Amino acid sequence: MAQATAKAPTHNEALFEYLLRMGDNSLVLGHRISEWCGIAPALEEDIALSNTALDLIGQTQMWLGLAGKVEGAGRSADDLAFLRDAWDFRNLLLLERPNGDFGQTMMRQFLFDAYQMLNLEALKTSSDQRIADIAAKAHKEASYHLERSRITVIALGDGTTESRTRMQAALDAHWPYIGEMFAADAVDIAMTHAGIAPDPASLRPAWDGIVLPALHEATLRVPDGDFAHRGGKDGVRHTEHLGHMLTTMQWMQRAYPGATW
Amino acid sequence: MYAQMIKSTGQGVKTLDEMEPQERAFQERIDAGGKIEPKDWMPEGYRKNLIRQMGQHAHSEIVGQLPEANWITRAPTLERKAILLAKVQDEAGHGLYLYCAAETLGITRDEMTEQLLSGKAKYSSIFNYPTLTWADMGAVGWLVDGAAIMNQVPLQRTSYGPYARAMVRICKEESFHQRQGYDIMMKMAKGTAAQKRMAQDALNRFWYPSLMMFGPSDAESIHSAQSMAWKIKMNTNDELRQKFVDQTVPQAEYLGLTVPDADLTWNEEKGGYDFSQPDWAEFFDVLKGNGPCNTERLAARQKAWDDGAWVRDAMMAHAEKRAAQKVAAE
Repeated sequence: MAQATAKAPTHNEALFEYLLRMGDNSLVLGHRISEWCGIAPALEEDIALSNTALDLIGQTQMWLGLAGKVEGAGRSADDLAFLRDAWDFRNLLLLERPNGDFGQTMMRQFLFDAYQMLNLEALKTSSDQRIADIAAKAHKEASYHLERSRITVIALGDGTTESRTRMQAALDAHWPYIGEMFAADAVDIAMTHAGIAPDPASLRPAWDGIVLPALHEATLRVPDGDFAHRGGKDGVRHTEHLGHMLTTMQWMQRAYPGATW
Repeated sequence: MYAQMIKSTGQGVKTLDEMEPQERAFQERIDAGGKIEPKDWMPEGYRKNLIRQMGQHAHSEIVGQLPEANWITRAPTLERKAILLAKVQDEAGHGLYLYCAAETLGITRDEMTEQLLSGKAKYSSIFNYPTLTWADMGAVGWLVDGAAIMNQVPLQRTSYGPYARAMVRICKEESFHQRQGYDIMMKMAKGTAAQKRMAQDALNRFWYPSLMMFGPSDAESIHSAQSMAWKIKMNTNDELRQKFVDQTVPQAEYLGLTVPDADLTWNEEKGGYDFSQPDWAEFFDVLKGNGPCNTERLAARQKAWDDGAWVRDAMMAHAEKRAAQKVAAE
């Protein structure tokens, strides 16, 4: 616990932070996936990726809308999405990483979908009814995303020599970003104690139960080591990529402040 | 209207008396408002013509994703981002129905894609124009989808069954697209000075290219005459263009925007507007590949196709392995 100088958050502060994490995960991944629109490897994949992005943007509206209410400062979901700078974003580092090839995109999706489905399943019984309601809707979508990303990862791992090489490279590249999903900090501890959200670490065994057999079926080797990059969900140190994403995403709101669209 | 300059048999329209019994029965069925289905006999010219027309329509949907996808990552609100994503997703869906419908005529989707990438098959000229501001998302929905609907609504009654049925669903979605485009224009036309400027600029740039979407006057065209006899083209280009102008001018007035045509006047006698023709030399330049974005659009499709090859190969290889395992297990 070296360098632990920040004081513990109040309940409302922790709840706001937690909702930003949920909203920013959806927003940042939704944005990344939307970058595929029109250029996917096949029409069916194009449609499916757009659909996933749409679900995630819809979830963003719900999570960030609630975050704004909890904060009580009059900020809307759009204000939170388009008018915060990178240091105030609370998404996992994994999700802001560039899309790479289709294999890297789908591997990232699978690793996150498994976590997200489990987390939302737990949030369906949150002590905060507003969160439980959002989770109930989002869980259905996340389950579908997981079903699709899982079979895609298996097919591409198992497919050809080239596709296996690409999928192994994708897994190796993403693996150091997995640990952040399961590492609890003061916000998570406060949420767990209040019965609002699960302890992230408690999701790991079930996540392993989904991910490891699929990787095996995809003929991929699980990387050694459990080193984990951190700094996304607490906003302490994002990657260099997030700033560029926000430059694009927020440009209209920044260039034409106060306009109604 | 995503089909332009479709070449027919070039033979002119035969009378019923000039036809062999099989062809005569086919034509009489069309004349009576019946549908031709994939397994029915059809003249080779009808089949080829339909493949060209449906292929061009499908390619237009797919290439047409690009100018709008250009703004998905910059949409100004979460709601606008979601609406635009849903719209571009619909375009991909339209491409899919149309490729599937065209496949019933004996060509594969991959063959049609190769024709697009080699330049042998065309797509609508409109998608070779750039989308430069957010107002262009409004103008594309309002004007481009508006022009497309003019042609597509009658095509719901076209003689080829799979095409007509695909068009029913496409038309429902297109009219939603047009409304969302007009809604963007309304917000901007009633917005700040910068938003109004963007809206007027978008109308200025998209007006004449939208009129070009209907193709040049076809009053004298034997291709059009044959297509109309076969009911795969339902109205002349000029009829549709007039209808589009008559519908759109009052909408522009409601927005407080100025149609960029100094000669636009209401003609009481014909009950429609007199208007200036677009620059047809520019239209033919665009068709030849010299539009502002032809190179980028085709390069983007080529890159997506090439980059996706390993994925399609892997999916096929996996499916074959699974099928082989299933056979071995049985």
